[in-house]
Amino acid sequence: MIKEELMPCVGVITDITRETPDVKTFRVMGLDGKKLFSSKPGQCAMISVPGIGEAMISITSSPTKDYTEFSIKKAGKLTGWLHEAEVGQQIAVRGPYGKPFPVEEDFKGKNLLFIAGGIGLAPLFSVIDYCLDKPDDYGKINVIYGSRSKDDLVDYEKLLEMGKKENCQVNLTIDREQEGWDGHVGFVPTYVKELNPDLSYTVVVCGPPIMIKFTLQGLKELGFKDTQVWTTMEMRMKCGIGKCGRCNIGDKYVCKDGPVFRFDELGQLPNEY
Amino acid sequence: MLTLKENQLDAFFALIEKKRELYLPVEQNTGKSEFKRWAEGDKYSTALRTTRSAKNFFFAKSENLYDIEMNDKKVEVIDTRKDCNDFVIFGVRACDVRSFDVLDNVFLADPVDSYYKNRRDHGLVISMACSKPAATCFCALFDIDATSPNGDIQAWHVDDTYYFDPITEKGDAFVEEFKECFTEADDAPVRKQKEETLNKIEKLPFVKLNLDGFATEEKLTELFDRPEWKDLSEACLGCGTCTYVCPTCQCFDVKDYKVSEGKTKRYRVWDSCMYSNFTKMAAANPRLTQTERFRQRFMHKLVYYPIKNEGMYGCVGCGRCLVSCPVSMNIVKVIKTMGDN
Repeated sequence: MIKEELMPCVGVITDITRETPDVKTFRVMGLDGKKLFSSKPGQCAMISVPGIGEAMISITSSPTKDYTEFSIKKAGKLTGWLHEAEVGQQIAVRGPYGKPFPVEEDFKGKNLLFIAGGIGLAPLFSVIDYCLDKPDDYGKINVIYGSRSKDDLVDYEKLLEMGKKENCQVNLTIDREQEGWDGHVGFVPTYVKELNPDLSYTVVVCGPPIMIKFTLQGLKELGFKDTQVWTTMEMRMKCGIGKCGRCNIGDKYVCKDGPVFRFDELGQLPNEY
Repeated sequence: MLTLKENQLDAFFALIEKKRELYLPVEQNTGKSEFKRWAEGDKYSTALRTTRSAKNFFFAKSENLYDIEMNDKKVEVIDTRKDCNDFVIFGVRACDVRSFDVLDNVFLADPVDSYYKNRRDHGLVISMACSKPAATCFCALFDIDATSPNGDIQAWHVDDTYYFDPITEKGDAFVEEFKECFTEADDAPVRKQKEETLNKIEKLPFVKLNLDGFATEEKLTELFDRPEWKDLSEACLGCGTCTYVCPTCQCFDVKDYKVSEGKTKRYRVWDSCMYSNFTKMAAANPRLTQTERFRQRFMHKLVYYPIKNEGMYGCVGCGRCLVSCPVSMNIVKVIKTMGDN
């Protein structure tokens, strides 16, 4: 019988890092110790646990790494279960799914500005890391990332390391003043306007809808065009291959035609996301 | 044309059932007809339509995808797929035959759905032309000819005779295998019936509605933003009946059933975009009210699906939703309102 895309393979959790009080990063390897699959930056995978369920999770690690990682926020049944899991736990995985960020096309040679809020960093992390691993292929990398508090910054240590690289600038912000934090305080959209990035940047935005909305407004005021701003979308999914009907927006399926979209493409779609 | 007499039909069914599984519409004790596995004594129902469509034969109402076991920290995925038995569906109306094309565009598109393909490969469709269309029929609006119903073998029922015309290789092989059942006869009565039926269809109330602009990208957001959705959806109960009787509704859910400790069956089951939790995520729901869900169902059938599928509409005009909706809301009212009729 032909290969069935809905049927997962089994992977094993080899490492768990606590990022924030409600976000953990899980490293998942194949049972043979090899990498699960080869993916592209911005793609997702269906993760499942028998009797608990399946959910679409973005791949956090860059394809340039020899492992696959998922930064997962504890939000529902499956993610709650995973947060209780230990190293050595096997899980079911299928994918990768979706259209990746155009790292070999539109992004090549460009200055890249990544704007993220909260767990919205997870799907962007793979792209940022990918571009930093290939410094000759990209211009300046600028990351603007914010969260509720210092404790809620995902990949805090890794981001600090990234910021030390010559071509990379990392700007962190938290919503409110906090003891032990001497960095920027304020919401992401305001911070973006303060930093006033020049128009040479291709921009990638991901975060809570309200953050995206105000960030976009700010970018427009700064002179950025929809054609130079990208995002990655979240919708409920069951199949990941454009059949179950759940993530349908207009004539697009987020799982197959997305999750990566350019804002001028989104403008053609009904406003239902 | 190949024919057999009405009084030979049961013998024909018995012979098919010896070699294949045979399914056909049979009148239930509710007075309504449904497809069922033929058994000795079952009479083929010539009712215009079954309450439920025939999509279940290819896109099963619920089916096991695979088994998945967990012992301690170990997980194992068990492929439980097997070739299904060859089967024949007899008496499928033209609208339902078209629905298979609509579903093919979803389930046979890359990556191919192996569960659906398995059934499609093993199923043979003997269609049945309509001769008494109802006022709720509007397949002609979608360029479906109820008098030439397609499938692997087309069939017509005129007076006491059934006429058969195989139109696929599968159909040819089937009539060859069962050739002793048929006798050759002139097809003049079929041509006459077709003409009479087409005249009746011509006069049906919904076959000439205006679909202009529905299947175009230019009108997509304009139709989406129309204020009429609110009024149209006001009565919708969100019961999902329309989606279950619909031959083209294809949304599904994937769920787990714990058989025993550590043993789980992961199965697929029909789902409905009319339900409030269909798009509900941990953080938000992009279709918050029934208006958005209602709009999604009709936009998908009349706008999104045809844009993606070279103009083929996601509705086949079978009229089941017109009959089944408890609050008499249906796609015809949507087309009339949105299509400037």
